Amino acid sequence: MKIHKYDTVIVGAGGAGMRAAIESTKRSRTAVLTKLYPTRSHTGAAQGGMAAALANVEEDNWEWHTFDTVKGGDYLVDQDAAEILAKEAIDSVLDLEKMGLPFNRTPDGTIDQRRFGGHSRNHGEAPVRRSCYAADRTGHMILQTLYQNCVKEGVEFFNEFYVLDQLITEIDGVKHSAGVVAYELATGEIHVFQAKAVIYASGGTGKFFKVTSNAHTLTGDGQAAVYRRGLPLEDMEFFQFHPTGIWRMGILLTEGARGEGGILRNKDGERFMEKYAPVMKDLASRDVVSRSIYTEIREGRGCGPEGDHVYLDLTHLPPEQLDAKLPDITEFARTYLGIEPYTDPIPIQPTAHYAMGGIPTNVRGEVLSDNTTVVPGLYAAGEVACVSVHGANRLGTNSLLDINVFGKRAGIAAAEYSATVAAHVELPEDPASLVVAQIERLRSSTGSERVADIRRELQETMDANVMVFRTEQTIKTAVEKIAELRERYRHVSVQDKGKRFNTDLLEAVELGNLLDLAEVMAVSALARKESRGGHYREDYPNRDDVNFMRHTMAYREVGDDGTESIRLDYKPVVQTRYQPMERKY
Amino acid sequence: MATPTLDKADGAGAPEAGFADSPYITATFRIRRFNSEVSAEAVWEDFQLEIDPKERVLDALHKIKWDQDGTLTFRRSCAHGICGSDAMRINGKNRLACKTLIKDLSPEKPITVEPIKGLTVLKDLVVDMEPFFQAYRDVMPFLITKDTNEPTRERLQTAEDRERFDDTTKCILCAACTSSCPVFWNDGQYFGPAAIVNAHRFIFDSRDEAGEQRLEILNDKDGVWRCRTTFNCTDACPRGIEVTKAIQEVKRALITRRF
Repeated sequence: MKIHKYDTVIVGAGGAGMRAAIESTKRSRTAVLTKLYPTRSHTGAAQGGMAAALANVEEDNWEWHTFDTVKGGDYLVDQDAAEILAKEAIDSVLDLEKMGLPFNRTPDGTIDQRRFGGHSRNHGEAPVRRSCYAADRTGHMILQTLYQNCVKEGVEFFNEFYVLDQLITEIDGVKHSAGVVAYELATGEIHVFQAKAVIYASGGTGKFFKVTSNAHTLTGDGQAAVYRRGLPLEDMEFFQFHPTGIWRMGILLTEGARGEGGILRNKDGERFMEKYAPVMKDLASRDVVSRSIYTEIREGRGCGPEGDHVYLDLTHLPPEQLDAKLPDITEFARTYLGIEPYTDPIPIQPTAHYAMGGIPTNVRGEVLSDNTTVVPGLYAAGEVACVSVHGANRLGTNSLLDINVFGKRAGIAAAEYSATVAAHVELPEDPASLVVAQIERLRSSTGSERVADIRRELQETMDANVMVFRTEQTIKTAVEKIAELRERYRHVSVQDKGKRFNTDLLEAVELGNLLDLAEVMAVSALARKESRGGHYREDYPNRDDVNFMRHTMAYREVGDDGTESIRLDYKPVVQTRYQPMERKY
Repeated sequence: MATPTLDKADGAGAPEAGFADSPYITATFRIRRFNSEVSAEAVWEDFQLEIDPKERVLDALHKIKWDQDGTLTFRRSCAHGICGSDAMRINGKNRLACKTLIKDLSPEKPITVEPIKGLTVLKDLVVDMEPFFQAYRDVMPFLITKDTNEPTRERLQTAEDRERFDDTTKCILCAACTSSCPVFWNDGQYFGPAAIVNAHRFIFDSRDEAGEQRLEILNDKDGVWRCRTTFNCTDACPRGIEVTKAIQEVKRALITRRF
């Protein structure tokens, strides 16, 4: 075991982690621990753009953007945080341009902007051009630009280091962050990183679904690490299903395709979104569009022999426009489906895309141990966190924005904290013990259960029971199945017993994280007896602001006999200028 | 609009599709294995599996790892050609495993899968990427400007100037190009195509002011002049970047000092 000492440690090297690292490296001795090489992070898969009311191509302002974000999140958004997001969006985009990001340009040479779902002029009048973009590779350009600037700033990376535990030391009854424990993929060695400040920026958890746009590596490692140490997870029942994933594969086809004029059609060729969202049509918010697609499918208007998908139709758009604005997604259709989008519509279905919930933080990125108490030295930003700027449903282009605004904020706040505290918090006794025991147990187990089987069954039950439509019965089915899988997981064994590059072992660790988080999601969803944003209960189809306009806070509890359970608590929504209204697009 | 009908898409990429004829075939994957904890020698190992030929090579590797041999080791993440983790040599050609469909590989014969060449193999299909990223870092892959007063708004750039370097912004640093280059195989000193592509991305960006410095770096004896224009890199690039052309443009800029 090796012990390292840094001022600031960042967990994850996607957009949020690297944006934080650029700030914190200038201000404190920083290490970035990442399970992937930084440029492999899933920020790179984001396509359509980053919202900011630059007003480069038409009238726009940050207040309209704030309103759209609050409405898009179905009034579960903390409105103070949404206002910061929308205000700081403008400088965030300009920062990236100055760092070198190659945005598409207008004829005047300014950053070009395009339409995106849920973003509107003057509180819902009509779609507005707010998304700053680089073709359909905006996430790729952000990831590359941030990595380039990390190289420029000399950011210190520990590549292929998996953070498996969060170290907490209690001082006078208050939980303080002491550091993290990491597993080095290349050698199998355990490393303890003692740090004054730790920032989680480790991304999402979509791999507990089967049809998902998420990478294989998005297994909620950060959420699971803090949750196991008794810290809460907020609003985990809210998961976004992006309307246009490639049928059965789940690969993302950007909403920018509809922003450029693409249309969703059912088997009769009907533009069905006109029925569900008369103003915004195909550019309604993602939760609304995904439910509409499944309504079409359920009512027998789906396409194909099994009627299990609908079409994204780009055939009326000029090929030059597709080549210039949507080159990557049209290539995906050709590569994976053998379809020519110039002439044929693309079969799509909703795909599990984004966790609105996560580790609760305030607007400085400080992690909370309950509704109000900050954990000194612990920060989170990006998809791993819940500020909450996305509420019950995130607007497209607000996640690339979130990672930049709150990544920067967390990086500055953590580094400033590191500079103000004189000494490191003392490490707990035998700090690596939990990770050492976990790894040893998995490596030496001779149980008969296999990781791939349990993961497959988990993904199937999540797709069947807690996707776009949920009922008490389906969620209970999921809760029971997850409990069964968690029990079976105790008997899981791996074939690779070695030390070097043991990805077999790490897949087992990741599955454990997915199981913990799936359970939190299902239990949180069961208790929320209303429909709001991405959480739609067929048995409670209406939003219930009296009882449920509040954030879910889920805590792991361990009884004296070692039994684990989940305790749910609730946190009020921060409301500033917007009263909840009925949500129409 | 095109009327949606039962078109050629139906059943694509779907092993469960209820067609009378099973879409599955039996394919053999001949994989180069190496694990220093087991043996000092690399060996070929054959795996047979039933698979839909419309699936990706990465799907096949997963099926092998998850159902047959958990020790099989490779890198992957996004699984659709964006993250650059899974460049490997498949049937003798560098490709991304997640962007290569089995049906395009003559699956009636054994499909060979081996690590990319020119970088040290660490385990099975995993190679040491550090020398590759070092070459990338050496070309100063970030925007450098000399203005003392930063503009308050964005820098202006015409759509035409933006287009000038568009091709080389697509690079995902997968190393398929560099590890297909015979000059790079010879000795690891050559910067390699990927680093030059990333230098090109800044040399031809109208906002950048360090083109001369980057050109001097690439004027080195291990720089662009070692390129023998074999076009392997262009063939290998999964992003369709005209790599050889970019290298030629850098060479020309070195001669004319115009860019």
